[in-house]
Amino acid sequence: MAEKRRPKLAVWKFSSCDGCQLSLLDCEDELLALTDQIEIANFPEASRAVVKGPYDLSLVEGSISTSHDAARIQQVRRVSKHLVTIGACATAGGIQALRNFTDVRELIPLVYARPEYISTLESSTPISSHVFVDFELHGCPINKVQLVEVISAFLHGRRPVTPGYSVCLECKRRGNVCVTVARGEPCLGPLVHAGCGAICPSYQRGCYGCFGPMETPNPSSLSEMWLAGGMAPDEVVRRLRSFTAAAEPFRQESERHEK
Amino acid sequence: MKNRTIKVGYLARVEGEGALYLQVKGDEVTDVRLEIFEPPRFFEALLRGRSYGEVPDITARICGICPIAYQMGSIQAMESIFGVKVEGPLRDLRRLIYCGEWIESHVLHVAMLHAPDFLGYEDSISMAKARPELAERVRMALRLKKLGNEILRLIGGREVHPVNLRVGGFYRVPTRQELAPLREELYWGLEAARQLVHWTAGFEFPEFERDYEFVALRHPDEYPIMAGGIVSNRGLDISLDRYDETFQEEHLAHSNALHSVIVGRGAYLVGPLARYSLNHDRLSPLVREEAGRAGLGTVLRNPFKSIIVRSLEVLQAVEESIRLVEGYEMPDRPLVDYEVRPGVGYGCTEAPRGICYHRYEVDQAGLVRDAKIVPPTSQNQKTIEDDLRGFVPQYLDLAEDRLVWHCEQAVRNYDPCISCATHFLRLEIERT
Repeated sequence: MAEKRRPKLAVWKFSSCDGCQLSLLDCEDELLALTDQIEIANFPEASRAVVKGPYDLSLVEGSISTSHDAARIQQVRRVSKHLVTIGACATAGGIQALRNFTDVRELIPLVYARPEYISTLESSTPISSHVFVDFELHGCPINKVQLVEVISAFLHGRRPVTPGYSVCLECKRRGNVCVTVARGEPCLGPLVHAGCGAICPSYQRGCYGCFGPMETPNPSSLSEMWLAGGMAPDEVVRRLRSFTAAAEPFRQESERHEK
Repeated sequence: MKNRTIKVGYLARVEGEGALYLQVKGDEVTDVRLEIFEPPRFFEALLRGRSYGEVPDITARICGICPIAYQMGSIQAMESIFGVKVEGPLRDLRRLIYCGEWIESHVLHVAMLHAPDFLGYEDSISMAKARPELAERVRMALRLKKLGNEILRLIGGREVHPVNLRVGGFYRVPTRQELAPLREELYWGLEAARQLVHWTAGFEFPEFERDYEFVALRHPDEYPIMAGGIVSNRGLDISLDRYDETFQEEHLAHSNALHSVIVGRGAYLVGPLARYSLNHDRLSPLVREEAGRAGLGTVLRNPFKSIIVRSLEVLQAVEESIRLVEGYEMPDRPLVDYEVRPGVGYGCTEAPRGICYHRYEVDQAGLVRDAKIVPPTSQNQKTIEDDLRGFVPQYLDLAEDRLVWHCEQAVRNYDPCISCATHFLRLEIERT
């Protein structure tokens, strides 16, 4: 009897730091076992071998910030049965989406001596702005335990189990003392998607929002509390504008305080 | 005269997106371009107006493989502006987490990205599945990499983009008991790292040497990681504030990364080969002994042997981690107090791929007015191109696919991190 065909996995990179695809290689205990179950068919960071598509599961890292990439993601979608975006860049535009709040033409000469050599779009956008995305895994970086869950869910044809509640719940579960209540530390936790395991509050600092907004956040409630506590509006704007600045709830709320 | 073009459209087993293009006329390489098409992300521009405290979290995102380098460089720069000195156990903890990054990043490159080139496999997974003894090597490497990541996780909160480093020290420092479980695994790691050195030293290496200008940090008594002045084998010996007058970045049409040169002299090399050759006397006696057994002298000019140096540096980092863990006393406070003041500051550390330079200017309120960051890969880019120019002519008789593979291997000698330098590789060799 012929060997059962292993599903084909592809990993694609767009504008990003490589940290989320690295999370796959950081699954040190699971990596070799995983490759018994799936064929790593296209993962340039790990292999020079490329198996032709179509692919059963594509993991996409990074945001779209050039016209070349805007065309390339269409091609990736065409060869992918399922497409899952991994990380804050792919799900929300990433830190590079800070350009969306300014004129990118003013930024280029600050970094590059010959602006005419640089080709870039005016905004950095998530993958879902360009193609249909089957599932979004949040995080800057993603949590590798959640990554293994997502891969195994797609292998078995079920939805991944990744909670949509806020970091606050994870904090309670860990038994952390609330950094805001106890010390007045500004913390984005009430607005932010769970998944990291409440790392920052466990290290005595407020959450800075790597996992982006949760499913139904109430950003103005938090920012009004900050303002009432004496935080300057420009600091409120900065706190809402980091790795998922372009995610809709954070974008709207930060713009409200800019006026 | 026979002309050829050699192209690699998307260089694999490097971090980021790049391509390689070579033009060959007869037996002469007439053009080499390491093309970096990783989209620009404009970090230096986006940092303007951000608060100094946010900077280390933002610069971490330049690179998922070596975030500590980008955090520490910006932290050092801010601390130099505010006049903060971080010493004792806080400094030791910083060195320990940086050792973790060296272990994790170097082992990833040595075993997963570079070793398959020497043994003729497309990747480490197929290498592991080919022969049981190679599977054992890969398993051992993964466990060693995991150890490096465990150091990052324990001190920093997580492996990629740790959250615990800040200007002045840490948000929270570990107790002695929290670090203690590392000890046993580190002693295993010491033997595993020696095995890694023996394994890589047994590979076959192309005969290829160049007379590089090596540039690295140098410290009075440490193998350089986080401190020291910048030195070279051609007389350079400067403090960090003279970096900008000594080195210059050029912007070329084929790359979204800037090329660095030494003003008036040209290309130079940073990273393991430079660190080793300029700081052999700062390695531990054990590492020097292993280097000798591996057949290395005190200076190394064959870039293909950088894989042995990375393995030696893993050994050094494991050994130092043992010392740091065993000697650790929890400090009373997780950070040193400081006052924000305006000024210009500099930071430079030895990222796994070489020196990583930062300069910031902040205002009265601690907001960034200007930022400059020079990653190691952009400093090596010109040297990588020069290596190919020198290396390719002796292999022109090879079949196309073998030649292309050799070129890729020569690029991977540098463990280029293109995400940092912008920042991936496509290889094209044109023979016209």
